[in-house]
Amino acid sequence: MAPPPRQRSKTSGKAVPARGMLSRAMAWWSPLSGRRLTPIVPQESLAGRALIAVLAIMCFLSCLAVGAVSIVLDAAQGWQSEVAREITIQLRPRQGVDIEKDLGVISDIVRRTVGIERIRVLTRAENQRLLEPWLGQDIELSALPVPRLIVIETARSLKLDVEKLRQTVQQAVPGAALDDHRLWRQKLSAMTDAVVGLGVGVVILVLVATALSIVFATRGTMAANRDVFEVLQLVGADHRFIAREFQLRFLRFGLEGGLIGGVASLVAFSFAGIIVRSLSDDTGQAQIDLLFGSADLGWRGYLSVVGTVLIVTVLTAMTSRWSVIRHLSGKHRAS
Amino acid sequence: MIVFENVGLRYDLGPEVLHDVSFVIEPHSFQFLTGPSGAGKSTLMRLMFMALRPTRGAARIFDQDVATITAYDIAATRRRIGMVFQDFRLLDHMTTYENVALPYRVQGKLESDYRADVVDLLQWVGLGKRLHAYPPVLSGGEKQRAAIARAVITKPEILLADEPSGNVDPDLAYRLLRLFVELNRSGTAVLIATHDLNLLQEVNARHMVLSEGRLTIYD
Ligand SMILES: Nc1ncnc2c1ncn2[C@@H]1O[C@H](COP(=O)(O)OP(=O)(O)OP(=O)(O)O)[C@@H](O)[C@H]1O
Ligand SMILES: [Mg+2]
Repeated sequence: MAPPPRQRSKTSGKAVPARGMLSRAMAWWSPLSGRRLTPIVPQESLAGRALIAVLAIMCFLSCLAVGAVSIVLDAAQGWQSEVAREITIQLRPRQGVDIEKDLGVISDIVRRTVGIERIRVLTRAENQRLLEPWLGQDIELSALPVPRLIVIETARSLKLDVEKLRQTVQQAVPGAALDDHRLWRQKLSAMTDAVVGLGVGVVILVLVATALSIVFATRGTMAANRDVFEVLQLVGADHRFIAREFQLRFLRFGLEGGLIGGVASLVAFSFAGIIVRSLSDDTGQAQIDLLFGSADLGWRGYLSVVGTVLIVTVLTAMTSRWSVIRHLSGKHRAS
Repeated sequence: MIVFENVGLRYDLGPEVLHDVSFVIEPHSFQFLTGPSGAGKSTLMRLMFMALRPTRGAARIFDQDVATITAYDIAATRRRIGMVFQDFRLLDHMTTYENVALPYRVQGKLESDYRADVVDLLQWVGLGKRLHAYPPVLSGGEKQRAAIARAVITKPEILLADEPSGNVDPDLAYRLLRLFVELNRSGTAVLIATHDLNLLQEVNARHMVLSEGRLTIYD
């Protein structure tokens, strides 16, 4: 009869250096060992499939919401920066005063003000063109007391004191009206805030729902793998080890579901883009562009979709870890 | 290393299964635990493995009081104990090789470090050809040997074996006993629960006899 094997020839006695998660993970895929070790928590399970589907849907919805918010933000930023930098001064003709003289006075005041980048006095011809859609081409306006416009573009860097300019202008020429589109801007920004808030709310709700479904899925997986759970405890696995095994399994679920959902949402956005482009003729396009940016995600949109996928993945892993640890510390010992 | 004093145990609200059990298991010692079926052998093993908590009395395992031990310390202590369960407790989705290697894996060791040890041991218990078979297709005796291999692979400080020869022929039973004796010689304390009287005669060891929940010790 052969003598008993000398086990632990290599491992006996030696203190084992603490190994990081990475090298441990590497060991399971180690090309040296020839093949991968079977995962401790079994791979195939109906609950796992269902969870991947749920995660994919949740991630898809989150990405849609995040993407839509990003598009609205981009578009709103476009409007805001254009509109915000434009101020118009409207001059009504006064009895007995040459309007060209008034225009000159105002131009001088504006030019002397700090924070102005450009000023343009609309000519009589330009004025007429602006009114054409309402009055028609053949009207002779020179006889009519038509108000004139001065368009001012403020500088990006220097802060213009709008109130002071308004007062100065009104003192110089009574009846001159300065409009910095404040009301419109306020409405716009309120609307953008509402849309963004709604989007963020939707994303948070979806993520909470995702976390809850992961909690239930983890419980299901633990129940389905009760024997694994017990045997692991019997061979001396501590909570961290067991939690990590479950977490690894769920990390893969999360990554799979998240990627499916994320890619689906990108496909949806490009479809939306194509449809928007093909439906609209050139002028329509301009209007749609003005409203929605270009219905294009833009780098920020892509980044947020990628971020959402990552969040879903991490959320899945962390939630499962948390619920395993909670479960383990709840039932103090297994039989 | 294991000290029990007046330990009593009942399952839930059932009758008391063990009464006033007191004993000490010394390091490097070798003992058998015998007694009729239903006497409470497996129950006593479970207590020593901290899978059950005594309903009364005091128990210290590796100098830790089981009444106050934390879950983390239970895990750490179990890594110093090898346990062969009467019902094996193998994982069906893993190969025999992986089942036996599980204690190493739980300790975070690299496969390249323990592979040879595991293969050697499996060959020695006669499972060299069944390395990649899954437990559901193993015979009762093969499962038993896999369970024993898993319990001894890390060379624990104490081995608790519940009916380790219950499913094997006398030759193999003797061979497994040799494994336990060798293990004991290299420093592991051994406790074997069995009603195989032939096995008892092979080794000169302490006998602990359970009868109707009471323990008598013959040195
Ligand atoms: N989980 C349990 N719940 C309730 N009673 C139990 C449980 N396990 C065992 N018992 C009872 O405790 C008593 C002792 O059982 P135990 O399994 O310890 O006996 P044993 O000596 O190992 O028997 P055998 O030699 O047949 O393995 C028996 O009467 C049994 O019915
Ligand atoms: Mg028993």
